[in-house]
Amino acid sequence: MAKLQNREALEDLRNSLQAKSQKGHRLISLCAGSGCGAYGTAKVHGMLLDELARHNLQDAVRVKLTGCHGFCEKGPIMVIHPEGIFYPQVTPEKVPEIVEKTLIGQQLVDKLVYKDPVTRKKISHESEIPFYKLQKRIIFGNNGLIDPTSIEDYIAVGGYAALAKALFDLTPQNILSEVKKSGLRGRGGGGFPTGIKWESCRRHEGQRYVICNADEGDPGAYMDRSLLEGNPHSVIEGMIIGAIAIGSNDGYVYVRHEYPLAVTNLTTALQNARRFGLLGDNILGSGFDFDIRISRGGGAFVCGESTALMASLEGKPGRPRAKYVHTVEKGFREGPSNLNNVETWANVPVIINRGSGWYAGIGTEKSKGTKIFSLVGKVVNTGLVEVPMGTTLRQIIFDIGGGIPKKKQFKAVQTGGPSGGCIPEQFLDLPVDFDELSKVGSIMGSGGMIVMDQDTCMVDVARYFVDFLKDESCGQCNPCREGLKNMLDILTDICQGRGREGDIELLEELGMMMQKFSLCGLGTSAPNPVLTNILYFRHEYEAHIRDKKCPAGICKPLFHYEIDAEACTGCHVCFQKCPQEAVAGDKKKPHRIHQDKCIKCGICYDGCKFDAIKIC
Amino acid sequence: MQSKVDIDWEQIDQIITRYESDKEALLMIMQDISDIYNFVPPEVVPVLAEKLGVRKSHIFSVATFYKTISLVPRGKYIVHVCTGTACHVRGAEKVMDALKAEFKAQEGETTVDGLFTLEGVRCIGCCASGPVMTVNKETHGGLDRSSALKVIENYRNLSS
Repeated sequence: MAKLQNREALEDLRNSLQAKSQKGHRLISLCAGSGCGAYGTAKVHGMLLDELARHNLQDAVRVKLTGCHGFCEKGPIMVIHPEGIFYPQVTPEKVPEIVEKTLIGQQLVDKLVYKDPVTRKKISHESEIPFYKLQKRIIFGNNGLIDPTSIEDYIAVGGYAALAKALFDLTPQNILSEVKKSGLRGRGGGGFPTGIKWESCRRHEGQRYVICNADEGDPGAYMDRSLLEGNPHSVIEGMIIGAIAIGSNDGYVYVRHEYPLAVTNLTTALQNARRFGLLGDNILGSGFDFDIRISRGGGAFVCGESTALMASLEGKPGRPRAKYVHTVEKGFREGPSNLNNVETWANVPVIINRGSGWYAGIGTEKSKGTKIFSLVGKVVNTGLVEVPMGTTLRQIIFDIGGGIPKKKQFKAVQTGGPSGGCIPEQFLDLPVDFDELSKVGSIMGSGGMIVMDQDTCMVDVARYFVDFLKDESCGQCNPCREGLKNMLDILTDICQGRGREGDIELLEELGMMMQKFSLCGLGTSAPNPVLTNILYFRHEYEAHIRDKKCPAGICKPLFHYEIDAEACTGCHVCFQKCPQEAVAGDKKKPHRIHQDKCIKCGICYDGCKFDAIKIC
Repeated sequence: MQSKVDIDWEQIDQIITRYESDKEALLMIMQDISDIYNFVPPEVVPVLAEKLGVRKSHIFSVATFYKTISLVPRGKYIVHVCTGTACHVRGAEKVMDALKAEFKAQEGETTVDGLFTLEGVRCIGCCASGPVMTVNKETHGGLDRSSALKVIENYRNLSS
């Protein structure tokens, strides 16, 4: 493939690819995102190719390994086009029947069809499944249609048209104006207006740098991972457009070490883009030069902070600095640097293609566009969800997410990662955007939404986050380093039955000190999970401290399991599953637990179908 | 410091050249070395210092700051159990406890036979498939105590 010399060559290629895509031709799209990968897509793929060869269908049916489809709970996912037939949880054993009955016989394999867990109805087509139907997937939608290692796929669905517009139809000032008018705000959690950031960077003289923050450190959030793995060109295109607007020739993508597939797919995408003349010198014959290099992180959460990231890019330890001088003025190599999140960059081509007016029509007054959320934890439909800003927590968790599994009670939803807080039931009708959640003490953050049920101990959650942050603190400033260590000691004591009167007040005092005096965002936001927990679940802290009890049954020294003799049917399941032989009882008679043998592993509690095992 | 490892110095040179001896790529260079030996042998440090034009203390500073770099030998299989929030809420601790008992080792430690190193990692990005663990570059999801132990058994059999 020779370099595309100009815009016309790009459009000619696009037209010929679209003509070739043979609408009506059979295509099987298999999700190859990391989530489905962890569930075994590779083996399904192997079996599928074997079966197609066995039936001599290898030329008639194309198989495409695509990016993450988002419905991760149901992986590995297979979608059969052109109909859009959706088969969830495909294993190699199910493949022969799918090939025989659906591909050859043109019929559904009824027992493999998706069954909605709430309505119990069978739904065979992807577009009808509530999980997808209620979303607005303007950024994420292409993931399921394209092979991320194929630049042709991206071009065929309209890719790089926005770049051509930015190069030949618009001036840098036009681009800045469009991005400002769109109302796009940073998707990494900060929410700073993107257009204004770009403009500030442009105002400073010197060699400017355009950087993509793909560190995505918030545990529980993986939107950026799926975008980079599944549609890397959307991010590349956004960065080139940003570079035109800002006046930069050097781009960097900083990817966390834990995302090897994202690094691989991005590397392939960059090579392809250079080959096609869409990256590098004289892009599409415009005279504009820009290239992107990949840098990998080293397992440090703090490197998601912009100044720490830039230090890491320079080959140094990722220690933040105080931001008296902003990075748009002096950042990477002391030059003006514009840093944006992966999802922010992916929004840019959409805005340039469809216009700021269209974009600003989605969302709320101060939060425009859509947001991709990672809906995980104790929720029926876990996965990646893209909705307009302003959608409520209830709609996301219950309408799209399907609610809480195993008929358990919703307790809280943790948003914003370690910088955010736990939001209890009374606020479920809050619209989700940059500003609403902060009114109740949390933040939208990068988009992690971890749902918790009655079996989650909120004190343990607070302890968990502080433990994480203490390990990740760079250690430079006293408030963060000492504050986190002491908070952890207090919380650990509480969880192990050594809590004392005054501990809650001390945690509040430590928290407020850290919020005011820490050097960087890690320290100033570290107390958030603890302080919001105390605000909404103080009674749980008090139970741990005063009564030495853990009502949720998580803190082992503070509870034990007992079998309710009236509810127990003697089904004998707990007896069989107990790894410590701590359950005694005859079949069909009430059982009991030997407390001295019980290690509180919870296997019996999770396995009992009669709700006969109580937390005491 | 001497580790008991046979170092292929030509390979080390190739890695450094691949990154154009750029000191900004120090972390990535050490990661590539670590991919081969499962750790960064300390005798490599003075060589890196000279070729990249940085001080040895700088290299130690970077190596000890980032969790993915180890200056001590690790097992043949590095088991990373995800202890991120979503996995935590779904019971990752039970998986970790099962592995600790199986390996007779704590987090960060290696089994006596040098086969497995157990580490916790805060988020691999497979949050909907939790609990998750990776063994070297392979990811395993939807785990509980028994399935996690089965995965380990498979690797053990591969080794024998």
